[in-house]
Amino acid sequence: MIATEKKVFTRSPVLTPNITHYCPGCGHGIVHRLVAEAIEHYGIRERTVCVAPVGCSVLAYKYIDIDMSEAAHGRAPAVATGIKRARPDLFVMTYQGDGDLAAIGTAEIVHAANRGENISAIFVNNAVYGMTGGQMAPTTILGQKTTTTPTGRAANEGPPIKVCEMLGTMDAPSYIARVTVDKPAAVRKAKQAIITAFGRQLDNKGFSLVEVLSPCPTYWRLPPVKAVKRIEEWMVHTFPLGVYKDKEAENA
Amino acid sequence: MSGNDAVVEGAIRAGLDCYFGYPITPQNEIIAGMAARLPPLGRVFLQSESELAAISMVHGAAAAGKRAMTTSSSPGVSLMQEGISYLAGSRLPAVIVNIQRGGPGLGNIAPAQGDYFQATRGGGNGDYRTIVLAPDSAQEMLDFTFEAFDLADQYRSPVLVLSDGRLGQMMEPVELRDPPARKRVEKPWALTGAKGRDAFFICSLRLPVPELAEHNRVLQKVYREIERREPRAEAYRTDDALLVFTAYGASARLCREAVDLLRDEGLKAGLLRPITLWPFPHKKLLASLKKAKTLVVTELSYGQMLDDVRLAVAERVPIEFLGYAGGEAPSIKELVALGRKLLKKSRRKNASKGKRR
Ligand SMILES: Cc1ncc(C[n+]2csc(CCOP(=O)(O)OP(=O)(O)O)c2C)c(N)n1
Ligand code: SF4
Repeated sequence: MIATEKKVFTRSPVLTPNITHYCPGCGHGIVHRLVAEAIEHYGIRERTVCVAPVGCSVLAYKYIDIDMSEAAHGRAPAVATGIKRARPDLFVMTYQGDGDLAAIGTAEIVHAANRGENISAIFVNNAVYGMTGGQMAPTTILGQKTTTTPTGRAANEGPPIKVCEMLGTMDAPSYIARVTVDKPAAVRKAKQAIITAFGRQLDNKGFSLVEVLSPCPTYWRLPPVKAVKRIEEWMVHTFPLGVYKDKEAENA
Repeated sequence: MSGNDAVVEGAIRAGLDCYFGYPITPQNEIIAGMAARLPPLGRVFLQSESELAAISMVHGAAAAGKRAMTTSSSPGVSLMQEGISYLAGSRLPAVIVNIQRGGPGLGNIAPAQGDYFQATRGGGNGDYRTIVLAPDSAQEMLDFTFEAFDLADQYRSPVLVLSDGRLGQMMEPVELRDPPARKRVEKPWALTGAKGRDAFFICSLRLPVPELAEHNRVLQKVYREIERREPRAEAYRTDDALLVFTAYGASARLCREAVDLLRDEGLKAGLLRPITLWPFPHKKLLASLKKAKTLVVTELSYGQMLDDVRLAVAERVPIEFLGYAGGEAPSIKELVALGRKLLKKSRRKNASKGKRR
C-alpha cells in the first residue's frame, strides 16, 4: 500500500516564480521567503508596500510579489515614513542591508524608530557590503577581513555597530529582535519574530525591527555550508540573538 | 502677508496632502505655517531629521499618489539633490520650494540667487531637468506654488519654486485666490497595495543598458514637451525699448522700478523677466530685443542666468552684466544711472553714424 502523500511545504503565493540572482547559500532568499510567508499569514498582500534598499536585495521586487518603492541608499525608512503617513491604512515595511541601514542610513532608521513610526523594518546583517564587492560594513566584526580591511577590521575602525541594542534603548519602538537563519529551528524562530513585528504595525503599536544574521558566503570567502556554520561560531558572540525591546511585554 | 506665508496658502489651496521639512532660515515661516495649518485640516505635517530624509519622505508620499512637498533654503536644497534626482528618475511629482540665501557653503541668511545653476541644470546626478518657477512677489509665491502642483502631476516630475529670502520675508498684500487650475490628472501608477492588479515597483533603477537608455529617451521627450509648452516670461515696457533689463525674482523688482524711472526721463527702457528659469524663455527674450541696442543682465549671483541669456541672444546685442552676492544687491539709483549712461551712449553712436551717412 502506498502511504498517502502529505504536503509539508509549498511556496508562498506572495513569492513570484522567478529564480533569484543571489549567490548560492545567501541568506537573502530565506529572508524573502519569511517576509512573504508573514504577509501571507496576515492576508495583507493587497495592502502591503515594501521599500527596497540599495544593496544585493535591490531587486527584491522580482521575487516578492507586492508593491514596492525604491529608496536612495539608506533612506528606506524615510520613504516608508512618507508612504505610511500618506496612507496609514497600508502595511509598510522596509527591507535593508547593514550598509544601507547602519552606515549611510543610520539617521533615518534611528529617527523612524524614535518617532515610533508605524512601519516594520527587516534588517539583514551579513557583516559586509555585498553588492559593491565585500567591503567593510558598520557591522563587520573586529578582525574580519574585507576588501577595505585587508588585514582585518582594526580597533581604530570601530567595533561593529549593534543596531538592536542601540534602538532597544529608545522608548518609542514596539518590538526589536535579533534572529538568524542558520538552522531550521532558527528559521522558524525568525519567522515568528517577523510575524510578531508585522503584527505590531497591524495593531498600530508603532515601530518594529527584526535583525536577521545572514550568511554571505561570497564575501566571507567560504563555501555555503561553512558560511552558515560561521554564524554560530563567530557572529552570535558579537550579535547575541534575542528580543531587545518588547513594549507589549513591558506593559503586560 | 509675507512671501513665505503665501507659499503655505498656495500649497494648501492646491490640495497639498503631505508636507515634510527641516528648519532653515530664511524659510522657517513656511515650516511653522505648515505645522500650524495642516493637522487641523487632517493633512500630514512632519518635521524630518534632515533634508535628505525630508525629500525621501516626499518621495514616499508621492509614490503613494499624494500631493507632497518640502521647502528649504540653499544648503538644505543641496542635501535634497539626492532625492530630487531619484524623484526625476522615478517619474514622481513633487514640489520643492527654495528660499535662497547667500552661499557658497553656510554663507549667510541674506537673500541671494546663487542656486540658479543647481536649479536649472538638474542639480543632482544624471540627465534630468525640473521645471523652475521664479516668483517676484508674495502674490506669485502663492500662485506659483499652487501651479507647481499641477505642473508636477501633469509631467510626473519634481517642480521647483526658486525664490529668495527677500521675497520670502517681504510683506505685501496678497489676494487669497485659486489661480486657474489645470485638469487634475489620475495617478494609476501609485502604490496602493497590489489589489486586483500586478504589483508595481516605482524606481529609477534600470539595470539593463537598453532599458535605461529607453527610460532616458522617455524623460528627454517629456523635457522637450515642457520646453515647447511651458516657457514663460513677463515683458514689461519692452515694445519700443532700446535698453532691456533682464532679471528674475527679487532682481527683477529692482529693474522694474529702474525702468519706470528711466521712462519718466523719456528714456526707452524695458524689462524682460523670465518666469520659468527652466525652460528658459529664449524666444520671449529675443522678441523683447527687437529694438534693443543693449541688454543688461542683473542677478544676485555672478553670471549664472547670464549663461542662458548668452545662449539665447548670442552676439545679437551687446550685453552688460551686473552681478552681486552675499546679500548685496544693486540700488535702483545705480540701475538708473547705468541705464541712462548706456542709452545716451547708444544715442551718440547712432547720431555719429547718421552724420557719416
Ligand atoms: C549614495 C550611494 N553610495 C554608495 C552606493 C554604492 N552601494 C551600493 S550597495 C552598497 C552597500 C550595500 O551593502 P549592504 O547594505 O550591507 O547590503 P548587501 O549588499 O550586503 O545586502 C553601496 C555602498 C550607492 N548605491 N549609493
Ligand atoms: S554577495 Fe553576499 S549578500 Fe550578496 S547575493 Fe551574494 S551572498 Fe548574498
